[in-house]
Amino acid sequence: MEKFNLEFDSPPSPVGVRSTLCGVVSSGNLEVLVEAGEPSHVCRVEVNTSAVGFRDIWQAVLADFAASHAAGGLSLAINDAGATPAVVGLRLAQAFETSTGGPT
Amino acid sequence: MQGAEHPPAGWDRQARNRAARLARAAPLARGKQVDAGQAVALLEALIEPGDRLCIEGNNQKQADFLARALVQTDPARVRELHLVQSVLALPEHIDIIERGQVARLDFSFSGQQAGRLARLVEAGRIRIGAIHTYLELYARYFVDLTPQVALVAAQAADRQGNLYTGPNTEDTPVIVEATAFKGGIVVAQVNEIVDRLPRVDIPADWVDFTLVAPTPHYVEPLFTRDPALITETQVLTAMIAIKGLYAEYGITRLNHGIGFDTAAIELLLPTYAAELGLKGKICTHWALNPHPTLIPAIEAGFVQSVHSFGSEVGMERYVAARPDVFFIGADGTMRSNRALCQAAGHYACDLFIGSTLQIDLAGNSSTATKGRIAGFGGAPNMGADARGRRHASPAWLRAGREARGEGTGTMPRGQKLVAQIVETYREHMQPAFVEQLDAWALAESAGMELPPVMIYGEDLSHIITEEGIANLLLCRSPEEREQAIRGVAGYTPVGLARDKRMVENLRDRGIIRRPQDLGIDPREATRDLLAARNIKELVHASGGLYEPPKKYRNW
Repeated sequence: MEKFNLEFDSPPSPVGVRSTLCGVVSSGNLEVLVEAGEPSHVCRVEVNTSAVGFRDIWQAVLADFAASHAAGGLSLAINDAGATPAVVGLRLAQAFETSTGGPT
Repeated sequence: MQGAEHPPAGWDRQARNRAARLARAAPLARGKQVDAGQAVALLEALIEPGDRLCIEGNNQKQADFLARALVQTDPARVRELHLVQSVLALPEHIDIIERGQVARLDFSFSGQQAGRLARLVEAGRIRIGAIHTYLELYARYFVDLTPQVALVAAQAADRQGNLYTGPNTEDTPVIVEATAFKGGIVVAQVNEIVDRLPRVDIPADWVDFTLVAPTPHYVEPLFTRDPALITETQVLTAMIAIKGLYAEYGITRLNHGIGFDTAAIELLLPTYAAELGLKGKICTHWALNPHPTLIPAIEAGFVQSVHSFGSEVGMERYVAARPDVFFIGADGTMRSNRALCQAAGHYACDLFIGSTLQIDLAGNSSTATKGRIAGFGGAPNMGADARGRRHASPAWLRAGREARGEGTGTMPRGQKLVAQIVETYREHMQPAFVEQLDAWALAESAGMELPPVMIYGEDLSHIITEEGIANLLLCRSPEEREQAIRGVAGYTPVGLARDKRMVENLRDRGIIRRPQDLGIDPREATRDLLAARNIKELVHASGGLYEPPKKYRNW
């Protein structure tokens, strides 16, 4: 197991964020919990992952997510069971859509 | 008129040698029939030191009884063999090498035996001539690798020695033809002797001996992919393939690789592709084994014709019930033929798409890894531009125009579309994109002249990943090509090292297209799009005609 916290600048998210849980913690998959946080221009992410040694890749995947979505003011908690970056990206997009009530 | 000088040994040494072998074996046979209990003695009587020997080792069907007999022969008599066969599938194919009875090996694919084979090569116990593509090995059967003895497998024989191979004809015709017409000996194991065969696949006068094996020959269900294991990422890459490649080029004639990535495409045809209005416009004619995952597309009327390399366990009744689609004899069962289907896939298909373990910066791809000498099966013949092709089709012409440019005065010529479809990271976070293929290390450790490359970069036209599709035909320099590959390599080290400006430029020019550029929302890539989500739904789609092997039945 590995656990770390990351922060990214990101445009403020729409108002009225709904707490959302997306995905499941099964092999090769992950769950993403989205909640409203602060400050409004920062996206905070807590990563819990079963795979050790991939922090740089998480950093890159999450930086792209924060750059391409209005995710400022969101707090993300990720429980990962060895998902590939493709699956992580997909779950983040799904969780964002559900929590903000629409696509970017 | 002057005749050629008569060689001292005469012109019929092969015929006399054949007669001597048959005379040694005659006491063991009644006509052509030999009891199973005499198999070892028969092989010892027939095989001479240094013989080129084929133990029919197909991708699927195996002459397993004769292989078990071979490893019981006396190594003092049966020795210095040169194995010439497409697939080393059975433990006995390696046991015979370990027993010191084999001097040299020429083959195509070794699958499950790849690890043992690599250890024998590294220990200097066996010399490999080459790891061939299928057509290349069959071609050499008729030039310099003609078998002196072939041990083949058939479903049934009659009392004259005619053979019925059943749907899994596979390599048998090409092996027997090469052997029988160059003074060789053909021994067939059969499941039964019958009075009257449903049809004759191999005529009796090409067959020297038949043995009824104590158990039916083994057939590996190699092409069954359980839809339950298809991931959302594979659904996404299948959507990209359908919209960004199949629809774009209007691909009607094609071959699919064996993996889950292409199974996902097959299962999206009656759903996603149909919604895009592509029925009748793509995927009508196939060189393909009877993939169970193609059933829903066939039932939906997408598919007009399928010619097959082999068959697939459990698909026999379904295939026989769809004679407009498959190649079915007057007897009502399918005849496959690996050599002819490889030729069909090479020359008559506009697209090959398959998966791989590694792709390098020049687009070379390989499934070779250190410690395993596996070969590649059908992919290299399918996944190579057919330089001998002279007939045009819209997809082939467009690919040629893209690769050669539109300049006036250049000779018009098409090109095959060859696509690799991969998730950027495989299981256990193994990157699919690498600076250098493991094939180099394998070639080094095994003393091979060539790194085993499945598909050469120069033949590769497209790469599809979850990040999008790269069209390598449109790249105009090695640098552009490298950045096009990095540009779909995701978060692998190769992908992270991209030149972002150059990749954006390639995207502006349509060389790289992201899912959103194709109007695909990755969030819509769910398993709900699959026309069947598990084996049971495939059975249902087949109207109960598909009978999956037990290991795939969980209901």
